[in-house]
Amino acid sequence: MNTSPADSGILADKNPLNFSKEQIMDPSTADSGMLDKRRLQTVKKQRLQDFIFHKVTLSFSLIVLVSLIGLLVSLAMVAWPTFKKFGIEFIWRVEWDIINEEFGAAIAIFGTLASATIAILIAMPLSFGIALFLTETCPTWLRRPLGTAIELLAAVPSIIYGMFGLFIFAPLFAEYGQPALQSTLGQMPLIGPLFGGAMNGIGILAAGLILAFMILPFIAAVMRDVFEIVPPILRESAYGVGCTTWEVVRHIVLPYTQQGVIGGVMLGLGRALGETMAVTFVIGNSQRISASLFSPGSSIASTLANEFGEAADFHLSTLFALGLLLFVITFFVLAAAKILIIRTERAKGLKT
Amino acid sequence: MNQNLYRKRILINRIGISLSMLAMALGLFVLLWILSVLFINGFKALDFNMFFHSTPAPGTEGGGLANAIVGSLMLVGFATLVSTPIGILAGIYLAEYGDTSKTAEITRFMTDIMLSAPSIVLGLFVYAILVAQVKHFSGWAGTIALSLIAIPVVLRTTENMLRLVPGSLREAAFALGAPRWKVATMVTLRAAKAGVVTGVLLALARISGETAPLLFTALNNQFFSLDMNGPMSNLPVVIFQFALSPYDNWVRLAWGGALLITLTVLVLNILARVFFREKISS
Repeated sequence: MNTSPADSGILADKNPLNFSKEQIMDPSTADSGMLDKRRLQTVKKQRLQDFIFHKVTLSFSLIVLVSLIGLLVSLAMVAWPTFKKFGIEFIWRVEWDIINEEFGAAIAIFGTLASATIAILIAMPLSFGIALFLTETCPTWLRRPLGTAIELLAAVPSIIYGMFGLFIFAPLFAEYGQPALQSTLGQMPLIGPLFGGAMNGIGILAAGLILAFMILPFIAAVMRDVFEIVPPILRESAYGVGCTTWEVVRHIVLPYTQQGVIGGVMLGLGRALGETMAVTFVIGNSQRISASLFSPGSSIASTLANEFGEAADFHLSTLFALGLLLFVITFFVLAAAKILIIRTERAKGLKT
Repeated sequence: MNQNLYRKRILINRIGISLSMLAMALGLFVLLWILSVLFINGFKALDFNMFFHSTPAPGTEGGGLANAIVGSLMLVGFATLVSTPIGILAGIYLAEYGDTSKTAEITRFMTDIMLSAPSIVLGLFVYAILVAQVKHFSGWAGTIALSLIAIPVVLRTTENMLRLVPGSLREAAFALGAPRWKVATMVTLRAAKAGVVTGVLLALARISGETAPLLFTALNNQFFSLDMNGPMSNLPVVIFQFALSPYDNWVRLAWGGALLITLTVLVLNILARVFFREKISS
């Protein structure tokens, strides 16, 4: 499919790159006397076609923009009655009473943030380890299959994680994991109460653990990609002065890719915040806040998935308000992540 | 002193590397664990009836997932038909005209956010603009919700693949006097064909397992139905309802459905990789 070297050579000779595409096609630069009527018509026709093509592709790419704006507007419209009744206070009200129509988002927001934080705390070091292994120590022939395996972990649908969490992980966690945690971390001052209470496997901690393995491949993939951006000369110089692999990663690779790594973690955070199915299966779905991470809770997404079917009127409007909050939170997290990753990738061009 | 420092550095290095290997092993272990659990429970549930009978009533024996399988195929199929042309054309715009225009830059940024945005919110959106207006759940609403998830995937892969096409190819076509739309559709798009197919396959894989947006749009249908205007049964929502039910037969069917979905998604992912690799080597 490539042009032969001779062709591109001629092109480069006669057109030293300052010829824009428009100039090449512009009939006015050609000798107009040479153009008979028919050729002029062809040029006009092609220009019209180009114009239409431009506008058509433009309008399709605008669909994405329009749907995003439409999404915000329509959510806000349906959610309006809730915000009108409770005002901005809705966000920190600890109340979820469907019968008396007294609602607050605090319980769901707490569950969302708590499970996502646990997930990030576990997934961050693990994915750093995986990225380090894949870029530094892994034998070349193993890189591809292992990388693919981690990416397949990302491809498994979230409902599968949910079923796995509920039927396989939760019973094991209640039997072995939770007693172990309670007898060790649970005895410590300050953080002790976090690991108290009944041990039935499901709850905020279990949701966080399942989420951790869901977002791990996303973070690991970004980390691996930005680690590979580091110019080989930097890495090799460090090895050359006698650094160990760990020192190269810690003092050369990490500082160089810092922003991208943070971006990857925030991308994972964005996923964790909005994840529905995996969380709904294992978080326990109870509308209360408790000190223990073993106790069931609920996240914004799980509340939506559970209560939407029976909701009507004001309750429905409240669920939309929750959805709007979720979208706004994830939007800012994802936007920040994207900006950080773009900056790292730009730096690649500047520093090499 | 120097010897001690050296030993300490070596020790730290060893600990760091071993921990990273441990992380890798843990990742692989979880993947294998999930897959093996799925295969064991799924194959137990898999039988002939699954493909030829509709979902059973609560508490009854037998039955299958025929209505859900057909519903899922229709929803995903229509969503692919909708999202592929939109995604490809928008991708062409970003790749061909996207270097100078501000609109393209904003679109690219928003697409990246849509890629990771919570899918449940997209379901709410479609509920608000369609289901709430016509006052019933429908297959079409499900299709739109799935398309909204698939478009960003197709769009971004198409753009990236078009950008990989060597500039000399484009210039050669321009030098022959080809208009821009012909260059875009008949030269660059053709050269990037394999990559674009990869994008479509990845989008397919992504929407095949999506559950959350369908809860608010296609919902579920206990009976076999080909009517896209009415509620439509589909595998993910059936799995969700059946897995959380107290009936053993329903839970069994949920495992069977879960196996079907995961196999589809994994096969699509692997196909996409094969397509992409062929392109690189050719």
